[in-house]
Amino acid sequence: MKKSTLVTGGTRGIGAGIAVAMRDAGYDVAVNYNSDDAVATAFSAETGIAAYKWDVSDFAGAEAGYKAFVAKRGPVDVLVNNAGTAWDARFENMTEEQWHRVLRVNLDSVFVMSRLVYPDMVEKKWGRIINIGSMNGQAGQLNQVNYVAAKAGMHGFTKALAQESAKHGITVNTVAPGYVDTYLMREMPERIMNKILDASPVRRLGQEDEVAHAVLFLADEKAAWSTGATVTLNGGTHMY
Amino acid sequence: MERVALVTGGTRGIGAAISVRLQSAGYQVAANYHSSEKAARAFAAETGIAVFKWDVSNFEACEKGVAEVEATVGPIDVLVNNAGITRDSTLHKMTPESWQEVLDTNLGSCFNMCRLVIPAMRERAFGRIVNVGSINGQAGQYGQVNYAAAKSGIHGFTKALALEGARAGVTVNAVAPGYVDTDMVRAVPDNILEKIIANVPVGRLGRADDIARAVEFLVADDADFITGSTLSVNGGQHMY
Repeated sequence: MKKSTLVTGGTRGIGAGIAVAMRDAGYDVAVNYNSDDAVATAFSAETGIAAYKWDVSDFAGAEAGYKAFVAKRGPVDVLVNNAGTAWDARFENMTEEQWHRVLRVNLDSVFVMSRLVYPDMVEKKWGRIINIGSMNGQAGQLNQVNYVAAKAGMHGFTKALAQESAKHGITVNTVAPGYVDTYLMREMPERIMNKILDASPVRRLGQEDEVAHAVLFLADEKAAWSTGATVTLNGGTHMY
Repeated sequence: MERVALVTGGTRGIGAAISVRLQSAGYQVAANYHSSEKAARAFAAETGIAVFKWDVSNFEACEKGVAEVEATVGPIDVLVNNAGITRDSTLHKMTPESWQEVLDTNLGSCFNMCRLVIPAMRERAFGRIVNVGSINGQAGQYGQVNYAAAKSGIHGFTKALALEGARAGVTVNAVAPGYVDTDMVRAVPDNILEKIIANVPVGRLGRADDIARAVEFLVADDADFITGSTLSVNGGQHMY
């Protein structure tokens, strides 16, 4: 039977790349999104992957969304917590709103969605939770105190839940990509892009399907011994 | 001139040891607390250290608190973000409230407090910030998805802010204690405590002062080349 897979923030960028790759690998994939209906409709039309709308940072809203999802498709076997946002500012200009929004969307969402899918995984004695972290959460980054704190928090979440879930046959891992060639990167000024490329021994951006490849590795039945781990993909930019 | 140091959660446990240690090293110390009025009074009477009550998870309360410390003790040169709480449970029983409370008190407080002291530190071209993380943020811990996420978030927060403060004379570091003999750890059942100690190569719990001396080291004027780092003080329990 095909494993039921949910990718949050899955209609664009890295999330879309993961969703398509997992569909191609034989998973029964659905995606979640929150903001852009037009993008989601186009994505579903193009890929045939169903898109469900709810805000992953809001527990009550996500609970309602997930219940409706389960009623239609059944419980999730593989959860990919990919939804994220950035709202950069130098720290001395960062507002409370900037802090809280980035923490909610990137980190609280991981609690919310994992908390919702977890009881079903425990019952089935099988599950895969894969969190999309970030190189910046490992190495730090200027103007991103909020984003870095959230992504680093995700790494701690992964390890703590991995300790709990091991006996239930559920693995929890993180994939930490460096700079990936998505629509977000196309807005990057050339000067900064050159700096980014210079910092990588491989001297290029990552591709969406390279991140998807790591997710597929972790989602596999055979990856049962990998838990609490971080798979780092950054062209050698940050080694530790 | 005496440097002014503010220690959050500074009247009990590890925080109290940090306050006392910095006082002995010649700092003008202010200790913040929130819940236990009685412990704070006793601490102030015993040590002569000024104590200030506010909730570090609340931005407005921090704003008032910092203003009060600066008016009575002086501009803050050294900030030790030590305040923390635990609300343990396994993920399938964890409520959104216990997630939020732990995130806000352990990690949100670092944003609140740093955000308030950083502008003046940058202006004076000197600042020392030490965030107290945890071995459980590094290694994960059963029943502590919230706490591990918050504490590992602190490690990311530290690295991002270190990058921003580096040219302004502000260093930002983390201390990651292992299990330290405080009220928090004494609440752990004996049989679990024995297991914990069995995993510590040094063969004992940490003492609060073991952590305090690490903080003293990092806040010294001549520790100015140490930034963005994590100093683990855990008796060898987790090495990485």
